[in-house]
Parts: sequence; structure tokens; C-alpha cells
Amino acid sequence: MKAGYNNQKKPLKLNDKKSEIIWGYILIAPAFAILLIFHILPALSSFWFALTEWNGMTAPSFIGLENYINMFKDEQFMQSVVNTTIFTAGSVSLSVIVAVFFAVQLNKKIRARAFYRSVYFLPFVIMLVAVGTTFSWVFNSQFGLVNQILGFFGLPTPSWITNPELLMTTMILADVWHKLGYNLVILLAGLQSIPRTFYEAADIDGANSFQKFWTVTLPLLSPSLFFVIIISLINSFKMFDLVFIMTGGNPILLEGTSTMVYNIYEQAFTYSYMGYASAQSILLFFIIMIATLIQFYLQKKWVHY
Amino acid sequence: MKKKIQWNKIAVHITLIIGALIVILPFYWMVVTSLKTNAETMMIPPTLIPENWQFSNYIDVMKQFDFGTAYLNTAIVTVARTLGQLLFCSMAAFAIATMRFPGRNVIFIMMISVLMFPPEMFMIPVYNLMNTINWLDTYYVLTVPIMASGFGIFLLRQFFMSLPRDLFEAARMDGCSYFRIYWSIYMPLTIPGLVSLGIFVAVASWNDFLWPLIMTSSQDLQVVSIAIASFVGEHNTNYALMMAGSVISILPLVLLYLFLQRYFIEGIALTGVKG
Repeated sequence: MKAGYNNQKKPLKLNDKKSEIIWGYILIAPAFAILLIFHILPALSSFWFALTEWNGMTAPSFIGLENYINMFKDEQFMQSVVNTTIFTAGSVSLSVIVAVFFAVQLNKKIRARAFYRSVYFLPFVIMLVAVGTTFSWVFNSQFGLVNQILGFFGLPTPSWITNPELLMTTMILADVWHKLGYNLVILLAGLQSIPRTFYEAADIDGANSFQKFWTVTLPLLSPSLFFVIIISLINSFKMFDLVFIMTGGNPILLEGTSTMVYNIYEQAFTYSYMGYASAQSILLFFIIMIATLIQFYLQKKWVHY
Repeated sequence: MKKKIQWNKIAVHITLIIGALIVILPFYWMVVTSLKTNAETMMIPPTLIPENWQFSNYIDVMKQFDFGTAYLNTAIVTVARTLGQLLFCSMAAFAIATMRFPGRNVIFIMMISVLMFPPEMFMIPVYNLMNTINWLDTYYVLTVPIMASGFGIFLLRQFFMSLPRDLFEAARMDGCSYFRIYWSIYMPLTIPGLVSLGIFVAVASWNDFLWPLIMTSSQDLQVVSIAIASFVGEHNTNYALMMAGSVISILPLVLLYLFLQRYFIEGIALTGVKG
């Protein structure tokens, strides 16, 4: 009986293995082909283009590391690295802190929680292009709502969108407004997974609400917090849309706000310095990778799974 | 004691209402401005409700700019990318999560490594590739390259892996083909994951800007984000029309969101939990 069962099973099993392999490849093929052809290979070929002088039309000519050397002498580019860093630092820290604050409020047992959550999430579905046009208008120096309100209370009414230094602040505020809801929803889901018993235990130990936040909420929220920080970080480093819309290509405004991706776009598609722009892409890639790796390294110290 | 708790709650509500007002204010201002005459937008102090409602602003915007074509193009691109990602990412994720074949792990690592370099970061070689295969300024370039993503594969793999292995084994015992296990058993059990990915891709596609900006140039292929950007470029002093254009560009997603709020929010929350 047992032997017969085995005999029957064996040929079937061989076939099975073969068809598993064939089906495995069939199922994976479309996604793998798309990612390989349109994402992986172009990214790898960037490393070659970065070593060339190339206008996109004629064949690229090899110039070694010249693009990389020029990059560090290029004031406009170095300024865009600084701008991107400022934008990322401002946008990530502000959006995460504000999101934690509101998530903690929303996690309390109150009415209309779902309603608040829906309202806060709404900006996330708005395209950044429209966020840019709207914020340009709301922060308009003369007729914008913000300055009208500030003026009403007798506060100073700065030129939010025409002063190159302030425009960066306005862009950060616009970005925070846009992604607050996303961060909030993820952090709220993290808060809701914290068991009530932890808070009850803290109550028994006589902890006040500030102590509970530091010793219970924050450590247990750390995985969600880490996820939100990584996602915000990567997205902020790639900022382009707001710069494009809010500066309208004005070089004076761009000086204080042009991000790396905007600079790459300009070098490649306005001036046709494709090789040079490729080198900048690669620097951006390494900056994002290093920033992510630092976060992953630091998480060992503060994230508790 | 009871009274004190009530006060706490009122304080929380006040905080949340102030936050909500700040969130809503730009929307309110966008819509109100879009219904004013251009002269009224520049009144000091501003009118909080339009004096005479200029619904004609919307007609003007539509007339001056072919938003109809832009809507249609964006809808095509959004639907194609969303369906493409749902199908291709789920197929790949299923194979990686359940099946054994040589090179599986290498392929998986390669595919999720794409998470690290989004296409806009390497737009130059991609642009060159599209130029070489004559895909610039076509629907192909707007859809095909974005029909799979490392994120989608990673997310759905997490869902497939959380299903019990016995399900797969039992179906094989019953002689169920691999494709049927994928399509008739695993897919229906992963609907929350699919909804989550679908919403994520749809929102990103509708709002996409840099990709179409680089890859297309003809009016016929203009998507909404490009249309609004060039409209703003031309009318950057007429705020009423600018805001009407902005409202037009965000309206479909806002309506979709209002009807499907729960799915949007829970779907996005899931990407955080599973990711």
C-alpha cells in the first residue's frame, strides 16, 4: 500500500517541480521585464553616462571623472545640494512632529475621530502642482489670505513667495500640509496597535501623561515613526514639482530654492548637458542611500520592535 | 473627576478643530477665489464669500485650455498603470511568496532594489532609451514603464506570505494549476492589499508631473498636471482663473476620496503596517 502510493507520487512530483519552475518564471516575467528594461538597466547605464560628455544627440565621449570634479566647482549645483538638504530637514522634521502631535490627540477616546482623520488626510490626494499654485496664492504678499490675517493682527506681512529666502519656508509649509495626512494615518495605525495594558501598567506606577508619552507611546510607536521618516526623507530629497511651480523658472527665486532634481532637470533638458546631469543623478542616489543607511543604523538605537 | 475628563476632551477637540481649519483653509480659499472676478480677488480686505459668483471662470478655463483632452489622457494613464500594477505586481509577488524556482531570491532583490532609485532620479538614460525606441510622446511611455514597481511587489508579497502555506499545498493536492491558485484562491484573499496598492498607484498616477513633463511634449498627450502647469505659466496674474484650473485638476480625486474615504485611509495605513 505504502509502496504503491510512493510509486504513483514520484513521476507526478517531477512534473510538478518542472511546472513550478516554468510557472514561476511566467508569473514573474512581465514585472521583471518592465523593471529591468525601464528601471534597473537605465540606472546602471547612468554610471557610464556620468563619465562622458554628452548632449543627447551625438555619441557620448568619455571624459573620465571630469563631471564629478566640475560638480564640486559648480556653485549653482552646490547651492542646490544645500537647498535640498534644508528642504528635507525642514519638511521631514516638521511633518513628523506635527503628525505625531495630532496622531496622539486623535488616538484619545473622543467623538468624530473618523471625521477629523478624513479631513487631515484630504491634502494627500491633491497633486503637488495644485498645492504649489494654491500656496502661491494663499501666501501672496499683497492679496494672500495669510498676510491679510497677519496684517489684521498687526503682525509683519513678509513677501512669502517673492523673497528667495522666504520661498523655501513657504515650500516647506506647502509640503508639510500636503503630507501631514499620510504621516498621520500611518502613525495613528501604529498608536492603535499599542495595547491598552501598557498604559494601565503605567497608571498603576503613577506615571503622568508626559511620562507615559516618553516611556510607553514613543518607544512602541518607533517602528511606525521610523517608516514615516524614511518615506518622507526619500520623497523630500526628490522634490521637484513645488520648485517648478512656485518659482516659475525665475532664476533669482531658484537660487534659494532649486533642488537637486530640479537642477538635474534643467541641466539635462534645458542645456542638454546629459553626461553632467547623469553625474548629478548619481550623487543624489548616493546621498539618499547614505541618508537611508544612517537611519537604518540609528534605528538600532531607538526603534523597538 | 468626571468634570475634569470632559474638559480634557474639549481641549482635545479645540486643538483638533484648529488643525482641521488650517488644513481646510487653503481648499476654501482656492474654491472661493475660483468663483470671484479677477478684480475681486485683489480686494483688501478680502471678501470671504464671492460678491457675485463667477461660475463662468470655469467655462473660461475650459475654453482657453483643452482640459477635456487632459482629463481623458490622465484617466487613460491612471487606469492603465493601476490595472497593470495590480496584475503584474501580484503575479510576481505570488511567484516569489509561494513558489520555488532557481534565481528567485536574486530576482526578488533586484526588483525591490528599484525602491531605492525611482525613475525620476535616472530620467536621463530612460529618456534616451525612449528616444531610441521611438516611444517619446506616446501613450506607451506614460504607461508601460510604470506598470510594475518594487513597492507593489514588496507590499503584495507581504500579504501573500501571511496566508497559510497549507492553502497552497492543499490546492496542489487537488490538482489545481499554479495559475488557478494565484487567480482563484490567493487573489480573492488579498483584496485589502490590492485595494491598498490600487489606490496608491491611482493617486500617484493622477498627480504625476515630472515623468510626463519630460517624456511628452505634444498637446494631444497632455495630462492634467501638465495642463495646469502651463496654464499657470500663461495666466500667472489672473488668480481667479488659476484657482479655477486648480480646482478642475484636483476635483476627480477629491470626489473619489470623499466617496471611498475609508478605503483610502485604511489602504494607506496598510502600506505602513505591511511595509
